[in-house]
Parts: sequence; C-alpha cells; structure tokens
Amino acid sequence: MERGVHDRGGWPTDAPIDRTEHELADWELRMDAIENVLEKRGVMNTDEMRRGIESMPLEAYEAASYYERWLFTVETILEEKGVIAPGEIDARVEA
Amino acid sequence: MTFAAGDGVRVAERPHTGHHRTPGYLKGKAGRIARVHGTFTNPETRAYGEDGNPRLRLYLVEFDGSDVWPASTRSDHVYADLFEHWLEPVS
Repeated sequence: MERGVHDRGGWPTDAPIDRTEHELADWELRMDAIENVLEKRGVMNTDEMRRGIESMPLEAYEAASYYERWLFTVETILEEKGVIAPGEIDARVEA
Repeated sequence: MTFAAGDGVRVAERPHTGHHRTPGYLKGKAGRIARVHGTFTNPETRAYGEDGNPRLRLYLVEFDGSDVWPASTRSDHVYADLFEHWLEPVS
C-alpha cells in the first residue's frame, strides 16, 4: 500500500537514531512563531500544515530539517490561499 | 459502529488519497480499545480548510507489539489514537 513520505513507522533501516540536540537558530524560533500566529489568526490550521509537509517530494523531505519543513508548508499553504504570490518570498529574499 | 474499552478492533486496510492520520504500519492490524477519547474534528477535511465537522469519535487503541512488528521478541505494546471510521469490529 502506498504511504506518504512522512508515514515511515516500521520502515527497515540500519541507520542509528540521531539523538543529538542543537540550539535553535533565530530563524527557527521565528518560523515557529509565524506558524502559530497564522493558526491563531485563523489563516491556516494544524491539519493543513501537516498536509503541506506531507506533500513534499521525497528528496526534499529527506534533505529538509524540522523547521525547513515548516517553512515549506507555510509557503505552500499561503500560496494556495492566495495570501502570497508564488515565488514572492524568493523574490523578496533576492531583492 | 461505536466501540467501548476492551472491544477488539482491526484497522481498515484501505488506501487513502490525501491527508489522514492512520499510520501505514497499523493498517490491517488487530488491537483493542484502550480508551474512548471523545469526539474531535476530522483532520481529513480540516486539512483542506474545512471546519472538520461533524466531529468523529477518537479512540486510544492498544496493539501487541508482536502483532505490529512480527520479528520482535519483546513484549511491548503499541498505542495509537485512531478515528472510528478507520476501525472495524473483531470478535
């Protein structure tokens, strides 16, 4: 049965579990805050947020860190709802 | 179909397109109701911007680890929160 990129319980692997902790970077704290504000304001909800992460292509999902996945889904859902235009964030970053 | 604590259940082994919160590794596995959590909005519709109504009954389901992980020799239990429409009765 086909399973989503996130639905990985029971996948065989020999890789050890990475239990290392790291200090959260400023952008990660900000990412958390932005997502929570968007939920509190009713712009998006937790289930949409999860769906956005689950829609990531496998390679992007594998390569992304926890909050990079949050960034992906917030951008995806906000574009879907027309809050931001496709590519708008990238364009602002480059400007 | 409504379940009570102790009832035997099997997780429906059906594919699903789109967001859902039933883990693939539990589909088709049999367990028992450990607790009735109450009713909650449906994440399968909320994930597409809807309000998630009508609310659905959510259960804590207990599985024997050896049923979930056949190669395991441990006596663990696996617990998962599963919505009613993913559960089938097992006698």
